[in-house]
Amino acid sequence: MSFTLDRVGLIHPGGNAPEQRALRAVSIDAARGERLAIIGPSGAGKTSLLRILASAIRPTEGRVSVLGQNPWQLTGSQLKRLRSRIGFVRQSPPLPPRQRAITAVIAGRLGEWPWWKSALSLIYPVDIAGPRDELARLDLADRLFDRCDRLSGGQLQRVGVARVLYQRPDLLLADEPISALDPALADLTVSELHSEAESRGATLVASLHAVDVALRRFPRVIGLKAGEVIFDLPPAKVSDAVLSDLYASETVMLPPREPRPSDLPADGCVPADLPGGGRPDGAVPPRAI
Amino acid sequence: MPSGFRPQRDPDALRRAGWALAALLVLWPILRVAEFNPADLFDARNLEVMGGFLGQFFPPNLSIDFLALALKATMETLAMATAGTALAMLLAAPLGLMLSHSLSISRIGPGPGRGAGRASRALVRGVLLVLRGIPELVWALLMVRAFGLGPAAGVIAIALTYGGMLGKVYSEILESGDTRPARELLESGSGRLMAFFYGLLPGAGQELASYTIYRWECAVRASVVMGFVGAGGLGQLMDQSMKMLNGGEVSTMLAIFLLLVLLADAFSVFLRKLLA
Amino acid sequence: MSTATFAERRAALGLCVHCWLTVLLLAVLVWTSFAYLSVDLSSLFSIESGSSMARFILRFFPPDLGGEFLRRIARGTIETLAISALGTLLAAGAGVLLALPAAGRFGAALKVATRFLLNFLRSVPELVWAALMVLAAGLGPFAGTLALALHTSGVLGRLFAESLENAPPEPARALTLGGAAPALAFAYATLPLITPQLVAYSLYRWEMNIRMATVLGFVGAGGLGQMLYYELSLLHEPQACSIILAMLALVVLVDAASAWIRRRQMRSGG
Repeated sequence: MSFTLDRVGLIHPGGNAPEQRALRAVSIDAARGERLAIIGPSGAGKTSLLRILASAIRPTEGRVSVLGQNPWQLTGSQLKRLRSRIGFVRQSPPLPPRQRAITAVIAGRLGEWPWWKSALSLIYPVDIAGPRDELARLDLADRLFDRCDRLSGGQLQRVGVARVLYQRPDLLLADEPISALDPALADLTVSELHSEAESRGATLVASLHAVDVALRRFPRVIGLKAGEVIFDLPPAKVSDAVLSDLYASETVMLPPREPRPSDLPADGCVPADLPGGGRPDGAVPPRAI
Repeated sequence: MPSGFRPQRDPDALRRAGWALAALLVLWPILRVAEFNPADLFDARNLEVMGGFLGQFFPPNLSIDFLALALKATMETLAMATAGTALAMLLAAPLGLMLSHSLSISRIGPGPGRGAGRASRALVRGVLLVLRGIPELVWALLMVRAFGLGPAAGVIAIALTYGGMLGKVYSEILESGDTRPARELLESGSGRLMAFFYGLLPGAGQELASYTIYRWECAVRASVVMGFVGAGGLGQLMDQSMKMLNGGEVSTMLAIFLLLVLLADAFSVFLRKLLA
Repeated sequence: MSTATFAERRAALGLCVHCWLTVLLLAVLVWTSFAYLSVDLSSLFSIESGSSMARFILRFFPPDLGGEFLRRIARGTIETLAISALGTLLAAGAGVLLALPAAGRFGAALKVATRFLLNFLRSVPELVWAALMVLAAGLGPFAGTLALALHTSGVLGRLFAESLENAPPEPARALTLGGAAPALAFAYATLPLITPQLVAYSLYRWEMNIRMATVLGFVGAGGLGQMLYYELSLLHEPQACSIILAMLALVVLVDAASAWIRRRQMRSGG
């Protein structure tokens, strides 16, 4: 079993504001090597769920077991080791602007490497080929030595993915990993996440706004709404009625299964992010976030 | 204005008079305690001493012997400030990292070791408070007692006081910037030192360096006077010249102070530009 | 898994040459400093010096907390506060007077001369001024007050001159065009504009001067410092310890008070 959530609930302490319930009695099991997509409207609790799996937040109620261990019963060093086996791709990865892409990718192995190896890599990267290969998988090899503040939002998102691929985790979590990518790159990135999970027998859990990608690429889809699991089905069984129920309060219209116009970047940077696309020389792409 | 009313008074007048009176009432004891007595300045004996002393200011003593001595003391002062600031950095870096919330692993979750983390942060905060709360000249006086006369006492005094200041400011800088990169690394199992190097230093490095250079500049000013308590440098020379009422030497040295402070200013601006 | 090419290896190193040069330069400077002072750090941290250090520290405990001595400390503390307050007040007055010519209100020649004077006043450390003032006014707190006033008027004069130069000239010009004398126009139009800034600078300097006033006594200029120097020279360590604790408490309290005031100002001022 890769992870088990048993009637997990989460209440965000509100401070002065009324406290907010983010998750309610969520029970999900996943076997080793399974691949799940989580869909649902904004604010449904997708990120909270993933962060609980990443053992970054402690649930208010219920039982969690990740990679066979309850993270909140471990000692500090055991918890550290567990966390280094979990990879978390973020929607907008927080990368220091002045850091080079290669260093940002290398940081994926900080939990695994002895400290001297990490320290040495600050001065001269101990491993150059590894980060380059991971970036190449996402069509970003030519940006290996560029600083993060010279990368566009979509490129940054892929550096974040490359870091987690380089980490080689046993549990691969992804929170909106393709939100800043055009359809072609989104497809490439999802494929690489899948092939990584497949080749190493890792479990993949991704939250997605693009319903079509979830239904097309994942063998198991979970619908989350207002902190509760609405459905947990193979994609063939996810009917339009189920989907319109999931998004009922958010939009009147059913999210289309074909790429929506909003999946395409609004500005004119499509060519830059498409594979083989060119960029006018010297143009510094705007940084997202 | 309707007749029958008295001509209106400034409604604030009474309040202002009250404040003025209160100020005078506070000022009077202050003047007494500080033994404020300008007549002292014109006391015949003081005038004679000071007059003779000031009279010797011109010409300044520019003999090769004295200038060589002053140059040596200037080098000693600069070396004292530099070595002291370097030691202060060594002291402040680990304490600042320990104090910084953004590098706390136990706060994630919160996880195990939270109580120990809180206790160690409180302890570090206390240590830093004592280090920087005691003025550097007091530390120097104590170190002269402990290690004997000489620049070593001054170096340690600067290291202690400035270590306390740097440690506090380092942790504040580390908390004020973007802490999410470090948090992400900690959440994927990295240790706190490497989370600092990979997550915080790229963003905060420049500010950390520029504040350290600013402190070095302050350390130069501080080490100029260390010699008054016997901790070497220009101050010691100044102290001797003053005790012997040698005006020529004192005026030379005042000029050196002026140059030294201006040079330290310029050098720190230059270094900060280099790092930008 | 492929291997890195030569070009990649070279690119990996190509990180900010002048950063490394700066770091190298600083390292050399630090190393030279230690060598020049011939400070042997390893001997400072040896077991032998550690134990003699421990013996030295133990002599300071327990601090003398006798009622009589505490009263003397309280008097010294009040003296320190009075020196710093009066020194800052005098400096603020002198600073305003010097700021007018330094801001160029009385012609270019006076501006240059005053600026030089201000730079000189502030580049001589407080402690050196104190040593000089002890000669001019005799031992005691009055010398300390004058020393702080001299140094601080250099600092405040420069800051005040900057605020004067940055103040908008229109309100005063409106008054002088209406026939008011320049001095009155200044008092009615310019001064109210910059007063909050002058007060803020003066309070900030006062905070620093309290810290400074605790040590001016080392050269005989009164306050807690003079007591500490005296007790230590008589090898009265427990008494010295109480005085140091008092200094620490004073500095910490002033720190906390100013942080509190600043927080309140920020909240009310928005």
